[in-house]
Amino acid sequence: MSAVPESRVWPAEGLTRVPYWVYQDEGVYAREQERIYRGPTWNFLGLEAELPEAGDFKTTFVGDMPVVVTRDEKGAINCFENRCAHRGALLCLKDRGSAKEIACVYHNWTYDLRGNLTGVAFRHGIKGQGGMPEDAQPESQAPRKLRVTVFCGLVFATLSEATPPFERYVGAEVAAKIRRVMKAPVRVLGGYSQMLPSNWKLYFENVKDTYHASLLHLFFSTFRLNRLEQKGGVIVGGDGGSHVSFTMMNTDSSGDEYEKAGMRSVSGGYRLEAPQMLESVDEYGDGVTLQILTVFPGFVLQQIMNCLAVRQVLPKGIGRTELAWTAFGYAGDDQAMTERRLKQANLVGPSGYISLEDGAATGFVQRGVQGAASNASIVEMGGRSVESNESRVTETSVRGLWQQYRMHMGL
Amino acid sequence: MTAVDVELQLAVEKLLARYVHVLDDDRLEEWPDFFVEEGRYRITTAENFERELPLSIIYADSRAMLRDRVSALRHANIYETQRYRHAVSSTLVERLDAHTARATSNFQVVRIMHTGESVLFASGRYLDRIRIDGRDPQFEEKTVVLDSRSIDTLLAIPI
Repeated sequence: MSAVPESRVWPAEGLTRVPYWVYQDEGVYAREQERIYRGPTWNFLGLEAELPEAGDFKTTFVGDMPVVVTRDEKGAINCFENRCAHRGALLCLKDRGSAKEIACVYHNWTYDLRGNLTGVAFRHGIKGQGGMPEDAQPESQAPRKLRVTVFCGLVFATLSEATPPFERYVGAEVAAKIRRVMKAPVRVLGGYSQMLPSNWKLYFENVKDTYHASLLHLFFSTFRLNRLEQKGGVIVGGDGGSHVSFTMMNTDSSGDEYEKAGMRSVSGGYRLEAPQMLESVDEYGDGVTLQILTVFPGFVLQQIMNCLAVRQVLPKGIGRTELAWTAFGYAGDDQAMTERRLKQANLVGPSGYISLEDGAATGFVQRGVQGAASNASIVEMGGRSVESNESRVTETSVRGLWQQYRMHMGL
Repeated sequence: MTAVDVELQLAVEKLLARYVHVLDDDRLEEWPDFFVEEGRYRITTAENFERELPLSIIYADSRAMLRDRVSALRHANIYETQRYRHAVSSTLVERLDAHTARATSNFQVVRIMHTGESVLFASGRYLDRIRIDGRDPQFEEKTVVLDSRSIDTLLAIPI
């Protein structure tokens, strides 16, 4: 059991307060690894399309734990710890590749694509000399195998037998919105990572926080792409830690709520010279131009107009988080659609017109709360409970995150 | 090397020098003018480039899109005050025809934050196609290939 100091008591207000020690405490971080990432949660590993052929593999992480993801000879996706049974060295050193078997470079112990130990070099010695005792059990320290689920081409894994089936875990409504975007076979367009100077939960809150979107990100507001008076909503799923928020474009009633409030996020006269970048096609026939979806603890699915991507949130210590982006289109896209997706990719990522601020903003909190472990943030927009909401001036899905988090953590 | 080649080499190196000084001196409004009207600019990672994946971190196919990038940085996007210091070296130049040349260069970018923190922010290659028949050479295409797949925090100012 990892040690969280006894002084770390959640504020009496409950879900409307987030104590700042939760982003700063090494004991909390260790317990998260144990109870969340290695506990009963579904951890995102990547797109099935990244491993099209038998033998394809990639390496990634479940929390801090390195894992190998493979497609075996029968076409099934497997996930096992990237750790040799012998001395614990990484089995797989490459980010991705193709192989018939996995061999540890240290002493050449070998594994099949399902993570089974298949060979111990010189197990019986050479010419009767050396080797292991007859009753040795090298398999006893074999890399742990994770249970894998592939939902609509998205690959998730869990170490726990207690994790509910995926659809129950995220809730039927969130599952339906995953199906909406993952409606056809996908093609990977590329990827990159962003190293965020903040705790992983600050980023995960940021993605769920529909309140900030049009206030921090001026680009959208100015072009009336995500003003909060537009039609949309937030759905909270599963135990609270999964959500989907959406916006319908062309429903702007030209309200002037922002102007009346004199907010920074509206500037006069700002126009794009090349607005073609924003020309989009309604691929789903429902008028939803923006859908952001999360699955606890570290998955984001994004549809921003025709720009589609998955993001994997990977903790790298209390104050550092890797955000791994993979952009995709559908296998059936024509050249014009691919070009549209690539142009709209200017909106997202480390240089994204509507996302570059997020990299910095989460860091501003991490730095801002340095001397304030016993203070707490206020999360009362849209009330004090966790429920789906038609307004996006709400922090309901942020409270949902803390509901599920506290359930796992016993805090 | 012929005298013509030397002249071309110097012209390309001078173009690159002027380009990085504009970025480092925060004269971003002048940045689009280094490109022809239909010029293409793209920042990607070596990983995407080698796997022939088309995703970019920044992608523009006209000077107008570059001007939009500058006005968003000036008026819309929020980021902490920072500067770059570029170092460009090892420029290889190849004449393609009377109008165009190809150049490959190495670069490193140091990022200096207002807090005083100074780090090696990016390294990589410039893959340039340059129009050389005008008064000043201009980029027809500039592909910035970052060595790393990982960007620290955000990439606002162009490279």
